[in-house]
Amino acid sequence: MSKLLEVKDLRVSFNTYNGEVQAVRGVSFDLNEGETLAIVGESGSGKSVTSSALMGLLPKPQSIIKSGEILFKGEDLVKKSEKEMQKIRGKEISMVFQDPMSSLNPTMKIGNQIMEGLIKHQNMGKAEAKKKAVELLKLVGIPYPEVRVNQFPHQFSGGMRQRVVIAIALACNPKLLIADEPTTALDVTIQAQILELMKEIQQKTKSSIIFITHDLGVVANVADRVAVMYAGKIVEIGTVDDIFYNPKHPYTWGLLGSMPTLDSEDEELYTIPGTPPDMLNPPVGDAFAPRNSYALEIDTVMEPPMFKVSDTHYAATWLLHENAPKVEPPESVKRRIEGFAKTGAKGGETK
Amino acid sequence: MNTEQKLLEVIDLKKHFSAGRNKVIKAVDGVSFDVYKGETFGLVGESGSGKSTTGRTIIRLYDATSGEVKYNGEDVHGKKSKADLLKFNRKMQMIFQDPSSSLNPRMTVLDIIAEGLDVHHLVKNEKERKERVEQLLLDVGLNKEHATRFPHEFSGGQRQRIGIARALAVDPEFIICDEPISALDVSIQAQVVNLLKKLQKERGLTYLFIAHDLSMVKYISDRIGVMHLGNLVELADSDELYHNPIHPYTKSLLSAIPLPDPDYERSRTRITYDPSVHDTSEEPEFREIKPRHWVRCTTKEFEKYKKELENK
Repeated sequence: MSKLLEVKDLRVSFNTYNGEVQAVRGVSFDLNEGETLAIVGESGSGKSVTSSALMGLLPKPQSIIKSGEILFKGEDLVKKSEKEMQKIRGKEISMVFQDPMSSLNPTMKIGNQIMEGLIKHQNMGKAEAKKKAVELLKLVGIPYPEVRVNQFPHQFSGGMRQRVVIAIALACNPKLLIADEPTTALDVTIQAQILELMKEIQQKTKSSIIFITHDLGVVANVADRVAVMYAGKIVEIGTVDDIFYNPKHPYTWGLLGSMPTLDSEDEELYTIPGTPPDMLNPPVGDAFAPRNSYALEIDTVMEPPMFKVSDTHYAATWLLHENAPKVEPPESVKRRIEGFAKTGAKGGETK
Repeated sequence: MNTEQKLLEVIDLKKHFSAGRNKVIKAVDGVSFDVYKGETFGLVGESGSGKSTTGRTIIRLYDATSGEVKYNGEDVHGKKSKADLLKFNRKMQMIFQDPSSSLNPRMTVLDIIAEGLDVHHLVKNEKERKERVEQLLLDVGLNKEHATRFPHEFSGGQRQRIGIARALAVDPEFIICDEPISALDVSIQAQVVNLLKKLQKERGLTYLFIAHDLSMVKYISDRIGVMHLGNLVELADSDELYHNPIHPYTKSLLSAIPLPDPDYERSRTRITYDPSVHDTSEEPEFREIKPRHWVRCTTKEFEKYKKELENK
């Protein structure tokens, strides 16, 4: 597998009236071809800002990329001019937005919105582009594509609109698809359909996907690897099995523990106390320390580096340091992990 | 399910909206269920299934087209004097989905929470009013100092706590929670759910919990009703519903929930709901297929489902 994307020490800040908000504070990860990476985290953890930076869609002039490189096929996207980015955006990298209601133009026919990219990037003629638009609508599972192509967004339901948004994103066979909470606004049944659709299309087109969400169920469903973000940093990254069955960072424990499983009884949910830090004045040391019942003294002084758990699994917590006291995840989280392993075994048998 | 005393009875409730010329949208079309004192009754369904409309009609935010809602044996929708209405409103309160649009941005938290106290004349003077609000803020996990602030100064989770404090201010018995956690982050969702559970234990509250996040509903509810296109299609104790779903729609809904477990996800198969499997020879009715487990079905289907259950 070859690397499609490499992000190195990306830092993004916003200038506001109150001062500099450090939304992303040194994010590094890479993405292989054909792989799905899920980025999870609370609102304000910087996951959407990271994706906007990849797309070159950060609002100017209030935002600045303070440092870092975004190497896409070996070329640094940070250094590209707006003109050069326009050639990449929609063609090589495209994006599926959260809200299908507001990401389509209400005054344009669906067909024309899909054709826009085709005509611009692939120099297609109108007739040819329209034919391709119908094909794309068929690909994303919209019935009667020949009729639907001439309709307006308001004639589509929420799930259908999200399919259209995906069709637009896929129009030019992008190498990288960034999906920013693509199913958050949808019902579970529709969500399941969209997720299946994205996986199916990925198999056909071999594109890579960055999937941004805060729903861990969705992550377990789609992701090959998972990056957990907190306060503008990746605190843990690993394969989906690493993160769900062998989580190391207390924040990941908290996220996993705060979701009820279908078997959980009357016990109280494990919660992460408090709220995320103010990124105007990010705390010294580990940003998660104030909410972390496992925090060590060093957490308030020095930021933990990324510790290696295995070849695929890294976590930024001092608990992994060789001198740190040995701690176990909270009981409820441990039980959950064991519970997962059990259902997993069952699933294996039926397969 | 403490004493099995009926607190709320909904009988064949219908709410139709007219949508222009000769067009009627049957948002709720004949829904019946009971809510017992002290329990949490969950109502789930897709958007457009009429679950929110049901909640809003119960609390009289909408007038019912037909049907009855009885609270403690008394009809909610009948003609009522102002005094009666006031008394009723005090017993039943609501928590809304969107904590940013359900709080008046021009009012301080003190005034928002105290509004109910003022309407019902529950406090005698300014000092008592302030004390009550401060106590409520502490009860929902906020600080006294928050009383003088405005809603925009709070995060989503904190705003939802303000909404909960407002509902609690008049000492209600019954609270309708309309998707109270859908707009919140996962870690904050757990905090709010724990808070709701704690308050229920302390005050003996009864909840009608409306949501589309099925795993959270399963966790918080004693019994669950599944709605589809304005009708209740299945109703059972929450464990029973999750382990022995009978109606094809419930099955498809349950099979669509992604769980935070990669191995399970790899083997999960989704069942799609195909309405044509239903027997159309007669109008389906709501029938009790085994004690406390109700399904909407026709006579033929009833026999079929029963066999299915026995063979399990």
